Amino acid sequence: MVSRKDKEGQVKKKNLLDSQTSRRSFLKGASIAAAAGSAALVTGCVPGAEAGSSEEFSLKWEEYFKKHYRLMTQEEKDETIARLVKLAKLQYDLDIQMSSRPPQEQVLYGYAFNITRCEGFMDCVKACVKENNQDRKSKTQYIRTFEMEPGQLDPSTGDGKYFHEVPVDNKFYMGVQCFQCENAPCIKACPTKATWREPDGIVVVDYDWCIGCRYCMAACPYWGRRFNWGKPEIPQEEINTKQHYLGNRIRPKGKVEKCTFCVQRTREGKLPACAEACPTGARVFGNLLDPDSEIRYVLKHKKVFRMKEELGTDPKFWYFID
Amino acid sequence: MEKISQKGFFSFLYDCFRWNMQGGVPFQIFRLFLIAGMVFGLYAYSHQARHGLEVTGMSNIVSWGFYISNFTFLVGVAAAAVMLILPAYMFHDPDFHRVVLIGEGLAVGALVMCLSFITVDLGGPLQAWHLIPGIGLFNFPSSILAWDVIVLNGYLLLNALVPLYILYSHYMGRKADERKYRPFVFLSIFWAFSIHMVTAFLYQGLPARPFWNNPLMGPRFLASAFAAGPSLIILVLATIHSFTSFKIEKQVFHKLRLIIVVSAIINLIMLFSEIFKEFYFPTHHSISAMYLFFGLEGHNALVPWIWTSIGCNVVATLILAFNPGDNSPKVLLPACLVLFIAIWMEKGIGLIVPGLIPSPMGEIVDYLPTWVELGVTLGIFCLGITVVSWLIHPALIIEERYDQLTGSAKE
Repeated sequence: MVSRKDKEGQVKKKNLLDSQTSRRSFLKGASIAAAAGSAALVTGCVPGAEAGSSEEFSLKWEEYFKKHYRLMTQEEKDETIARLVKLAKLQYDLDIQMSSRPPQEQVLYGYAFNITRCEGFMDCVKACVKENNQDRKSKTQYIRTFEMEPGQLDPSTGDGKYFHEVPVDNKFYMGVQCFQCENAPCIKACPTKATWREPDGIVVVDYDWCIGCRYCMAACPYWGRRFNWGKPEIPQEEINTKQHYLGNRIRPKGKVEKCTFCVQRTREGKLPACAEACPTGARVFGNLLDPDSEIRYVLKHKKVFRMKEELGTDPKFWYFID
Repeated sequence: MEKISQKGFFSFLYDCFRWNMQGGVPFQIFRLFLIAGMVFGLYAYSHQARHGLEVTGMSNIVSWGFYISNFTFLVGVAAAAVMLILPAYMFHDPDFHRVVLIGEGLAVGALVMCLSFITVDLGGPLQAWHLIPGIGLFNFPSSILAWDVIVLNGYLLLNALVPLYILYSHYMGRKADERKYRPFVFLSIFWAFSIHMVTAFLYQGLPARPFWNNPLMGPRFLASAFAAGPSLIILVLATIHSFTSFKIEKQVFHKLRLIIVVSAIINLIMLFSEIFKEFYFPTHHSISAMYLFFGLEGHNALVPWIWTSIGCNVVATLILAFNPGDNSPKVLLPACLVLFIAIWMEKGIGLIVPGLIPSPMGEIVDYLPTWVELGVTLGIFCLGITVVSWLIHPALIIEERYDQLTGSAKE
């Protein structure tokens, strides 16, 4: 089953790559024409307007005409990353490291959340905000925790705004984030294929390809997506400089973002920040294809359930009770 | 006549431009107001372009607001031109044939507004080229939004090119060759239904939003649009009739009234059916409807809005149906205006905003547009009216000249 999926993935990739050469030459021509014609317009509205130097402007100019991430060769990925690193230096005086590390073979990530153990401390939320360079101004958070009354199991009936000492007697807590659906409504909705599911199961966004129409946000039944209504603001010293192109790099204004299971960490073999930060051990993360993994143990031996199973989205995120 | 036939396409364009520059003082003042509105819209949009969409009232919960609401409603207005096209070209109704160009001009204006509303709603309008097949990456046929891009632009082309051909022929003093444009007219009729259905499917296809995930959405779109669109057409025709030398037969108004009445009644029946489903046995899927009609947990921003809309809708429909003024414009026109506004309230904000409230995680917030959204919307409305007036003004001059030409030829 897995190998079949892999093959499908490869075929798709090939198809994507086939259409590449013509696009490339067209883009080259288009970019020259556009450069001649629309320079004035673009200085008006592209972020390049604030460009301090001509180097910054030319970097932004090249960035503007770059391709969809999945259509780039590794060489082109390296080029755009080099530009983004340079831009971070010019704009924020930051030395960032950015990776384009692809999925590992034979890996499909899964997540399990222990309802019995979670006590609602929200250390996961804090760790996530910091790890993923989320906008502090609008208080963007990928993870929401809900305080639940006994007898409930649907987070939408819980209290998502609790602000008191936890845990409260006779209440329990549920965390919610992007569930990385296998049959994701958001991917289907996107008009530009700017969001897709990677072979390791992570649903990612190419922030530079996204046009910001927010149809994916309307399509998500789990409220898993956030929008950059303004330019993200993060204190200089708090910026996480270990970044991934599809993960926690600082998002441009007007683009959709979401939880990526910390792609910048998990593809290096680490746990997502939320799982690592959890003081109660309520968060289990691992490779669903590895029969010895903890997540497989949970799925096999615990009573698990998923949210809104009736929608057929096939999330890779389970809840369980000890 | 000699003079005209020597002219070509460029003089056609030039004359259209020239005629548009002419016109009485009130007309020019009207144009100035439109320009002022557009300038204000541009100013508001420049604010949004600089700071991002954070200057709007939208949030991660209500992620679509006034822009998308207006877009949704105007798709209906655009498609309503088919209610003139169908009888005019298919059944050769002579009354409608005389005014069909006006309907098509309105459709073009409405589509320009639709596309503008989509553009101003984008977080990255400069990345819109990612949508262009060939240089971008178009998620067709999976994304309904991709379908919408195709049908809206296609309908715009059809509604611009067919009248352009007819007007150009008339400008040149010859009859438009029906064999040439008839296939496109056929196509545009099907296309009008498709822009409706596809836009409805945009919402209908989202199981995440039970308020929208409703098979009646598409048909109700059609019914409400065929009530609101012709209402607007009646208002525009009445304006043209009173302020220009182009006179419109009474029959046209009578026939349009009938179309409106039938559509408005079907629309109300379907509305009743929806309300029955939501409230006879309310489930957790009815929660958005509860928010809309009665408010939830103290959040009730839309309650007066929707009841005003439904009240106006019912009253206007009854007036149009029983026709107390016996087609007197003094009754007909206000009723059309009220019906148009009522459907705008319901098919715009009343449809889009409650679909997003509460969020799938049960959170309830209210939405109010900011001055930026209102300003940009005003600008786009002014743009649309400007487009319509720039199209219809020369069209009427050409048609009147052609009428005289053919009239004198017959004599």
